[in-house]
Amino acid sequence: MSDPRPVPLLALRGIGKSFLGVRVLDGVDLDVAPGEVHAVVGENGAGKSTLMKIISGVYVPDGGTIDFAGEPRAFRGPRDAQRAGIGMIHQEFTLLPERTVAENVHLGHEPVRRGLVDRRQMLHRTRQVLASIGESALPADARVGRLGVAQQQVVEIAKALALDARLLIMDEPTAALADHEVELLYGLVRRLQQQGIGLLYVSHRLTEVFDLSDRITVLKDGRRMTTVHTADTTADDLVRHMVGRELSSYYPDRAGPEDLGPVRLTVRGGGNRKLRDVDLELRAGEVLGVGGLQGSGRSALARAVFGAAPFTTGEVTLDGVPVRLRSPRAAMRAGVAYVTEDRKGEGIVARQSVLDNALLASRAAVAARSGRVARTARIRELLAAVRVRSAGDDQEIRFLSGGNQQKVVLARWLMLNPRILLFDEPTRGIDVGAKSAIHDLVRRLARDGAAVLMISSELPELLGMSDRILVMRDGRIAGELPAGATEKDVVALAVGSVEAVA
Amino acid sequence: MQTVQRSPLLPRLLRVRPGGLAPIIALLAVLLILVAVRQSDFFAPPSLMSFLGRSAPIILLAAGQYFVIVSGEFDLSVGALVTAQVVVAARLIDSEPARTWPVVVLLLGFGALVGLVNGVITTRLRVPSFITTLGMLLILLGAVYLWSDGAPKGGLSDEFRRFGRWAFEDVPVLGRVPYALIVLLAFAALAVLVARSDFGRTLIAVGDNPRTAELSGVRVWRHRSIAFVLSGVAAAVAAILIGGYSGVSFQAGAGLEFGAITAVVLGGVALGGGRGSVVGAMLGALTLELLFALMNFYGVSGALRSTVQGAIILLAVAVSAPRSSSR
Repeated sequence: MSDPRPVPLLALRGIGKSFLGVRVLDGVDLDVAPGEVHAVVGENGAGKSTLMKIISGVYVPDGGTIDFAGEPRAFRGPRDAQRAGIGMIHQEFTLLPERTVAENVHLGHEPVRRGLVDRRQMLHRTRQVLASIGESALPADARVGRLGVAQQQVVEIAKALALDARLLIMDEPTAALADHEVELLYGLVRRLQQQGIGLLYVSHRLTEVFDLSDRITVLKDGRRMTTVHTADTTADDLVRHMVGRELSSYYPDRAGPEDLGPVRLTVRGGGNRKLRDVDLELRAGEVLGVGGLQGSGRSALARAVFGAAPFTTGEVTLDGVPVRLRSPRAAMRAGVAYVTEDRKGEGIVARQSVLDNALLASRAAVAARSGRVARTARIRELLAAVRVRSAGDDQEIRFLSGGNQQKVVLARWLMLNPRILLFDEPTRGIDVGAKSAIHDLVRRLARDGAAVLMISSELPELLGMSDRILVMRDGRIAGELPAGATEKDVVALAVGSVEAVA
Repeated sequence: MQTVQRSPLLPRLLRVRPGGLAPIIALLAVLLILVAVRQSDFFAPPSLMSFLGRSAPIILLAAGQYFVIVSGEFDLSVGALVTAQVVVAARLIDSEPARTWPVVVLLLGFGALVGLVNGVITTRLRVPSFITTLGMLLILLGAVYLWSDGAPKGGLSDEFRRFGRWAFEDVPVLGRVPYALIVLLAFAALAVLVARSDFGRTLIAVGDNPRTAELSGVRVWRHRSIAFVLSGVAAAVAAILIGGYSGVSFQAGAGLEFGAITAVVLGGVALGGGRGSVVGAMLGALTLELLFALMNFYGVSGALRSTVQGAIILLAVAVSAPRSSSR
């Protein structure tokens, strides 16, 4: 890619990075010119965050060079990068809510006079910085905790500028903003641009990327797919670059019409803090895939159905009967099971045995009517049926591989004979062999009459497993796709480029 | 990203199944040998029986404390609860034999109630249990002082005191078997049953990972509250034995909470919850008592008791720290 501007502010060449032998970045080149807004886009796991962390000094790259302002650099830590003039605006703000704007802006490098913090100087400099980006209206002596999210973001930016940042990295800056606040951010970005500050803008939202950026770099699987001038491209092109991989792995056969049973679950107008106007229908015998970006409300949907973060509005029916599932316990007793995304934090009790993990739900919610001996015999059968490999039932589960842990969790739920199974990223962090075993299990459960809802970030899995796919965006269901859909269709719905292009 | 789930090799070799009984049994054996070397007549039935009877209250408290600690909480209020129970019993019975059984029932109820309040405040109001039960400790002591105007009133009936004081005489081989030992065995068996029940197993899961437990249908708050109730009831039984054995005083339960916590930790129960066994906790209490007896035999000042307890807690937590970080 040729760059008309002579001296780039930032020039990366051949950046590579591996974690535990897994290559997450491979030979990435990237230039940012002064006053340029350079967007970086890609799917979850494409390597955007890692790349940003390398530029801001958090990670040291395994290979490649970083030139900043014409000099080769090797940052030893975030402070090093800050001193050089690279500011990072995080998704979660790093401000102290009980301190004032000025104190936050100068945190760690307070102006000092006669050994004491010079408050007047601090306020003065803060006002200067705020004025330079057209934000004089923000009071420098206000407590940060009392400011809105958009204003806090301004403080974050002012904090970086007070350190003379010449390059700002913004990671999903609009994620926490309301719609009207996004406009304010646009204005701020343009003023920063006019001051000759380079911006690296990481976002999932193609609308913003097209509104703001001069150039766009697409990352996929740790490689740079392309870098284009925003004016010369379309959302369609971008999405094609973001996906573009072939579906090679094997997936079990989908449900035929004869496999579909009655409607097990319906949600009408379901909503809560994270969800709006969710309508869905789930049939016995089908695998309903749920796609979307991280934070689009996929997990919130599963949690709402499971009663862990219940719907506050709307109606839910199970087998045609209206129900209110207000706790996991209530949902379990109604025949719903939920395999969580965060296996370590919410799926297993790490220091307990395989047996204790597998029996957890039955012990909690079902009286041992059939007797403890029969129950233990049954769980042993189930553990064998899902092919858990362990040194024995009394081995602590944390010593098992991720795939085997997941199978134990699955056995825990199968003990309750659930009619509805919610899977949240069922194969995350699981090796390939165990992955297809879990895929087979999921399909077998559906064939045996369970209604399955499966959330997945992995597009091949989502497309390969699902009989239908719902795609979520911003807490709503953005659309439904049939079995034959392509990765491009899913991504287009997930990032909202369907509307953006139209 | 997939992480390697194995702990480093060395700790795995040094560790005999964390939370298992092997370490505490080994320690107990060492202490028994040391006692045998120094004071072999300790093992004569009369002195052994009397030692076990005297150790009964702390063993019971350790069993109660086990349920609270394994669920991830603390109960600092048991010592004050014992004191309060003893003082209250003396005042209510007022040396009247007929009031013995009603007061025993009342004490058990009172212990359960205090535990319930501890549990509900900790779980529903989300006050850290360390603070909840510390507050309960101060409230109980203050209330008892206030209620008795600074000096214990009334007196315990002989019928009440027999639990802690009397014994079955002329038992073959053993000679004198204290009532306290029988009470201990009965409640210890009960504690083991509870610990092995579905409730007991899920309670450990709650201490290990409350999020997972909640999402598997466990009512975490209810489980933890019941654990506090069990600890309160254990304190009531301990108070009945202590009142019988050593009589009425404001010092009756002083320091027992730390004794119980030390014993539990010594018995291999992880502070913070999720690991340990009730048998280990009770053996821990027995070991601790034996250690104190040993110190006595070797002429070490009794004033060192609390120092020893503190050192044990610190040591046990330090030794178990790498485990809990490996989660």
